[in-house]
Amino acid sequence: MAAARGTGIEIAAAAGQPGGLGARRLRSSRGTLARRLRRSWQVKIGGTIVVLMIVVAAAAPLLAPLDPTIPDILHRFQGPSRAHFFGTDSLGRDIFSQVVHGSRISLTIGLISVGISAAAGITLGVLAGFYRRLDDPIMRVMDVLLAFPNLLLAIAIIAALGPSLQNAMIAVGIGGIPGFVRIVRSAVFRVRGNEYVDAARAVGVRDVRMLARHVLPNISSEVIVTATLGIAAAILAAAGLSFLGLGAQPPTPEWGAMANLAKDYLNIAPYWSFFPIAAIFVTILGFNFLGDGLRDALDPRLHR
Amino acid sequence: MAAYLTGRLLQTVPVLVGVSVLVFLILHLTPGNPALFVAGPDAPPEVVRDIERSLGLDQPLYVQYTRYMSRLVRGDLGRSIQAHDPVLDHLVATFPVTLALACVGVLWTGLVSVPMGILAAYRRNSALDLATIFAVLAGNAMPVFAIGLILLYIFAIHLRWFPLTGYQSLATFDGWRHIALPAITVGSGVTPLLTRLTRSSMLEVLNQDYVRSARAKGVREAAVVIRHGFRNALLPVITVIGLQFGFLLSGAVITESIFSLPGMGRLVVTAIQARDFPVVQGAVLFFSLTFVLISILVDLAYAAADPRIRYG
Repeated sequence: MAAARGTGIEIAAAAGQPGGLGARRLRSSRGTLARRLRRSWQVKIGGTIVVLMIVVAAAAPLLAPLDPTIPDILHRFQGPSRAHFFGTDSLGRDIFSQVVHGSRISLTIGLISVGISAAAGITLGVLAGFYRRLDDPIMRVMDVLLAFPNLLLAIAIIAALGPSLQNAMIAVGIGGIPGFVRIVRSAVFRVRGNEYVDAARAVGVRDVRMLARHVLPNISSEVIVTATLGIAAAILAAAGLSFLGLGAQPPTPEWGAMANLAKDYLNIAPYWSFFPIAAIFVTILGFNFLGDGLRDALDPRLHR
Repeated sequence: MAAYLTGRLLQTVPVLVGVSVLVFLILHLTPGNPALFVAGPDAPPEVVRDIERSLGLDQPLYVQYTRYMSRLVRGDLGRSIQAHDPVLDHLVATFPVTLALACVGVLWTGLVSVPMGILAAYRRNSALDLATIFAVLAGNAMPVFAIGLILLYIFAIHLRWFPLTGYQSLATFDGWRHIALPAITVGSGVTPLLTRLTRSSMLEVLNQDYVRSARAKGVREAAVVIRHGFRNALLPVITVIGLQFGFLLSGAVITESIFSLPGMGRLVVTAIQARDFPVVQGAVLFFSLTFVLISILVDLAYAAADPRIRYG
């Protein structure tokens, strides 16, 4: 049944019905998709920022002139200069080096948190969308999770586990599960209505194989877009937690934690707050652009 | 209407029970013994055991939950481990601050994003529209605390137009000066989304036939935009205000820490740092309850905004 992807019959059938989005996408060949991606300014800008960030994170020890955690009491509160591009903090630590190293932490937070949300969210979403029996119980549990105002669930989890970067990632990851479940579930609903699924079932394809070969590949664009935008949301949420002192702990140079330390010196060293904030801003902008651009390119119909 | 409201309220019961179970489990299945926190790290084992017994921690989990719930429905949320007074007192003392912050925040957001969205849609592709789109994209990438710090720096430290921190009753002018920056900060979490939504739903409505008809029969342009246009674009806007109220409440947690407001958000954060579990539990439950009730209010607001929607 693998051949069902891309056969003329299936596409013709799918194109004729409103739910046939996944199949319709197949008709637009890889070339069209690549062209759409290249044409999108959002993908260009967002992609550049994200790639830059990955490079900075990977090369952090090479790019950072100094160790971000070693204090230098003689050079406290120095404004941006040639010696310290972004100045120094209350302990004389180099803020540029901290921001550069912070990119590693933020990227890790984004990937791990979204990894947790995606692993749990895709599994539950597929189960809810594919097995009618499971739909109701799963969605009721999600209703409960959604009854917590965003950050509050993460805060409750951190209250239990104790404030740390690792726990912040877990908490933010769990908080992101309902979003994934909802999107994956509705995507599975859409795919389930396609004739190739009926056809596969008619020839006796088992559920596991059906999910792996026919359902998951066809919901991949939703998953990619949700994950990309989810990374931005996770970095924002974790930075918020760290800012409250509930996430990364000093001297970890996480951007939110840096802003937390810097906020008490806003009157004498505003640059100390400015640079971590600017780093967050550019990063989130990058992932948001990339996510929005991917959504438009992968599925023009979703354009809002 | 009454029947709808009853039904809607009943629907929230299982959700709230679920929330209470979840909060209870999160805080009870955790590593670390609360009795140890009460007793202190050097307490002898007998004392810890005594405290365990007095807190009911030696009972099976379901017994603890049943006891907790039976006290909860009577309005007893337990006692603060730190201050030894009822948790409810803490919530009652701090909630008005958070409520005031959230309400003024919503007000500010509405006052900014709705006109901005309408104007951007009305002058589509103009410089104003582009500026709005740009502001929305930028606002989306700003953490709430960043906006708070920037406002604090510019308007409180640099220009000294507003006080740095603190809270006063809104009955006085000074109270409004105190809440202004925090409210803008809290609202900023929702402003970009609301602006974008107002713009896109206005764009849709302004292309409708009835808008053209209104113009054709000579209705004044302002009336066309507001009465014929905005009234019809209002529904999605209300939905977003409602859905994003949770975001607003989370933003309140961060904002209250920045501006040292004695609200429920700061209560939670300090309670977590002090490992004062009953207070955390109570506050999180209270936040969720507020959030769920707000979403019911939003449903009711639909009917007020759109006469086509009738309940019951």
